[in-house]
Amino acid sequence: MKKLVSNALMVWGAMSVVTATSALAQTHSTSERAGELNLRQGVTDISGQVYDLHMLMFSICVAIAVVVFGAMFYSILKHRKSKGAKPAHFHENVKVEIAWTVIPFLILIFMAVPAAQTLIAMEDTSKPDMTVLVTGSQWKWHYQYMDSDVSFYSVMATQREQIENKFNKGENYLLEVDRPLVIPTNQKVRFLITSDDVIHSWWVPDFAVKKDANPGFINEAWTKVNEPGIYRGQCAELCGKDHGFMPVVVIAKTPDEYKTWMTEQEAIVKQAKEEEARLLAMSMSKEELMAVGEKVYNSTCAACHMPTGQGLPGVFPALKGSPMVLNDKQAHIDIVLNGKSGTAMQAFGKMLSLKEVAAVVTYERNAWGNNTGDVIQPKDVNAVANGN
Amino acid sequence: MTKATETLMPEHTAAHDNLSHEHDHHEHHGAPAGLMRWVLTTNHKDIGTLYLWFAFIMFLVGGAMAMVIRAELFQPGLQIVDPNFFNQMTTVHGLIMVFGAVMPAFTGLANWLIPMMIGAPDMALPRMNNWSFWILPFAFSMLLGSLFMEGGGPAFGWTFYAPLSTTYSSDSTALFVFSVHIMGISSIMGAINVIVTIFNMRAPSMTWMKMPLFVWTWLITAFLLIAVMPVLAGAVTMVLTDKFFGTSFFDAAGGGDPVMFQHIFWFFGHPEVYIMILPAFGIISQIVPTFARKRLFGYASMVYATASIALLSFIVWAHHMFTTGMPVFAEMFFMFATMLISVPTGVKVFNWVATMWRGSMTFEIPMLFALAFIVLFTIGGLSGLMLAITPVDFQYHDTYFVVAHFHYVLVTGAVFSIMAAVYYWLPKWTGKMFNITLAKWHFWCSLISVNVLFFPMHFVGLAGMPRRIPDYSLQFADYNQWISIGGFAFGLSQLIFLVLVIKACRKEGEPVTSQVWEGAEGLEWEIPSPAPYHTFETPPKVK
Repeated sequence: MKKLVSNALMVWGAMSVVTATSALAQTHSTSERAGELNLRQGVTDISGQVYDLHMLMFSICVAIAVVVFGAMFYSILKHRKSKGAKPAHFHENVKVEIAWTVIPFLILIFMAVPAAQTLIAMEDTSKPDMTVLVTGSQWKWHYQYMDSDVSFYSVMATQREQIENKFNKGENYLLEVDRPLVIPTNQKVRFLITSDDVIHSWWVPDFAVKKDANPGFINEAWTKVNEPGIYRGQCAELCGKDHGFMPVVVIAKTPDEYKTWMTEQEAIVKQAKEEEARLLAMSMSKEELMAVGEKVYNSTCAACHMPTGQGLPGVFPALKGSPMVLNDKQAHIDIVLNGKSGTAMQAFGKMLSLKEVAAVVTYERNAWGNNTGDVIQPKDVNAVANGN
Repeated sequence: MTKATETLMPEHTAAHDNLSHEHDHHEHHGAPAGLMRWVLTTNHKDIGTLYLWFAFIMFLVGGAMAMVIRAELFQPGLQIVDPNFFNQMTTVHGLIMVFGAVMPAFTGLANWLIPMMIGAPDMALPRMNNWSFWILPFAFSMLLGSLFMEGGGPAFGWTFYAPLSTTYSSDSTALFVFSVHIMGISSIMGAINVIVTIFNMRAPSMTWMKMPLFVWTWLITAFLLIAVMPVLAGAVTMVLTDKFFGTSFFDAAGGGDPVMFQHIFWFFGHPEVYIMILPAFGIISQIVPTFARKRLFGYASMVYATASIALLSFIVWAHHMFTTGMPVFAEMFFMFATMLISVPTGVKVFNWVATMWRGSMTFEIPMLFALAFIVLFTIGGLSGLMLAITPVDFQYHDTYFVVAHFHYVLVTGAVFSIMAAVYYWLPKWTGKMFNITLAKWHFWCSLISVNVLFFPMHFVGLAGMPRRIPDYSLQFADYNQWISIGGFAFGLSQLIFLVLVIKACRKEGEPVTSQVWEGAEGLEWEIPSPAPYHTFETPPKVK
């Protein structure tokens, strides 16, 4: 039993390592590698305030830890039986007990005041310069600019082969999307945040904005970015299988550049509408539909129904050999356009163009040995969409 | 088991223990023999042992799932499991550790110790005691069995937020709901038993303010359990009917609200956190005075602090939900209330330090675990204080910073306290000192590896790694490798504990005195070691 006494020294050692590591965190935070070890300061006034609050709380906690553990380890070193310490008999001292209740309380008030001030500023979404509706769905984000026609989905752009370790991983592995959200700098941008299915959470660490996307309800958040740049975040609320593959990318452009970008986008939207109208009048070849369909399928459908069309038994149904895919064209187009309520099958009508829906339905009806030979044209899709 | 023959003999020929202070008993049973002893037992010591073994097995099962998680996260990319199975692992790991390991372990300790500490012959409701244990294996077989169903087991996190757990979950959710119901019934019955025992069966001179702190903390915990387990039962029932019977409690399309689920869940969930830590406070308050050879500094203030923590635990639940979009004044209320909890928690830590101050300390294994508990739990408490600050919580929420925080309070907090308790009372239970060399290996390996495992999680969390993801971006790769190495080492270290406990149960080791530890005080140290099958058939006198 006596041998154990010497072990107390090792307790000291281990505990100091812990304390030293926390100190290290502080040292690193001031160095270039800050982003790797500590919260980032971000690029908005609010995110700067949040960072300062974080450092304040952290310092207070380290100070408390040093005092408490200091007393404890002093006692462990000095007041040990092996050094001949005789136990004292004191207990219960009202003054001491009041002191160690009141002092922490005062420290808490000292923490609470700046925290409340920052919180009130963060939640003040009034008087925005512009508004973006952010909608989460399994597993992508949709952005809609409230004062224009421009809206689009933003899907992770990292290739499946990188995730499966077949290709080398790129610099922005898992943090890159096909179409980032673009916002102007130095303007108060309000985000309205909601969801089409489960709860997601829209998070951009550099803005200190994290807000849940709740289906059926709309949350508000805002930011005012000081520096142009590309800012990356991720979905922060478990939202099912591909929760880890749902990044957020925001590009902040100067107001002038933003205006140029917006004009371009509006032109693209107009063009796309004209293109849709033209497509209705013509027929596409099966080869073209299959090629487009395969692309759409892999980026939009494969997450659930799997690249092999076999789904995940018990969770996501197989399309390979599915009676609906093999027989009922109408129902097949309808479920892609409108989804199936009460299940994870979303309505893709607002995400995909008529041409893309036609292509992906054609692809599903002819891939993986489903060889039905069916060819679906954009006008067929349009007919179902309009209830014919 | 070795004394099994005793009971099979007529009472007059039964081999008596050397129980000098229990002369007037009519019959003196030992334990019956065979498997049916354990199935039919109503003895608090047997049931305590059953609970503790069950908790240990579940700890290893839940730990194995943590190993799968850490193996997948060892490198970026998907290597070992697919994301759907990964989510099942995080979910079931959490459920098993909370409901299968930590809670049953505390109930096991309560069973063994509360009657011995208050001078009662057994728990007040022994048949219910048997029942509340034996339904647990069914609950967990069902939960684990669901992993093998088509579509897999629960994959929505242990917090089972709707609608991910309703519309978007697999059909095994029904089994999950049923098993949570059984766990809840078991906990409620255990809690009722603790309360009835403490209220009615204390030795006549065991007044309220003489009760050992472990008894006090468990009494308060039992009230928390009775208050919140029915709320959990309500939550899972609503999930069940939303998923299978067309109700819309949590579905906005039918007039429900998914955020309401979180309010209900965390109204259970936050007191649940204290259910898992208050008995730990009790254990540490028993161990520190023993090895400091000095009275606990502020007994009364410890009791009041425990009660304050329990009361406050009912008005802080929404600090788990700061990002759900509550009104700013609700956020402020929950921020301030949460910060307030650190006052009574601080009182506890200060009391332990003041107890050590000018004591005469030795550092046997239970004390080593208790000291590690105080330091590491305090680290977890301080990161909890940081998390209470709403504006910064927006950054910390749902990142590895939170994972680090709750593993510091639950692993190096609750689990370390359970280990401290086992080392402290094991010699009393078996009558033999456990293998000290193995125990030292267990302590030092666990202490070092657990910090390699959980400390870097603070950094990856601050740097922005979300929790519950099977793959991560490259900036987190180095730290995750360290975390995984720490995880494997911590997992392996527990096998040392397994060997030690098996050796102890086989009664290997040096015999111990009834007091076992030089500074130990309390009724349980006045009965012989090993504790006889029946104790305090006549109530003892309390000093």
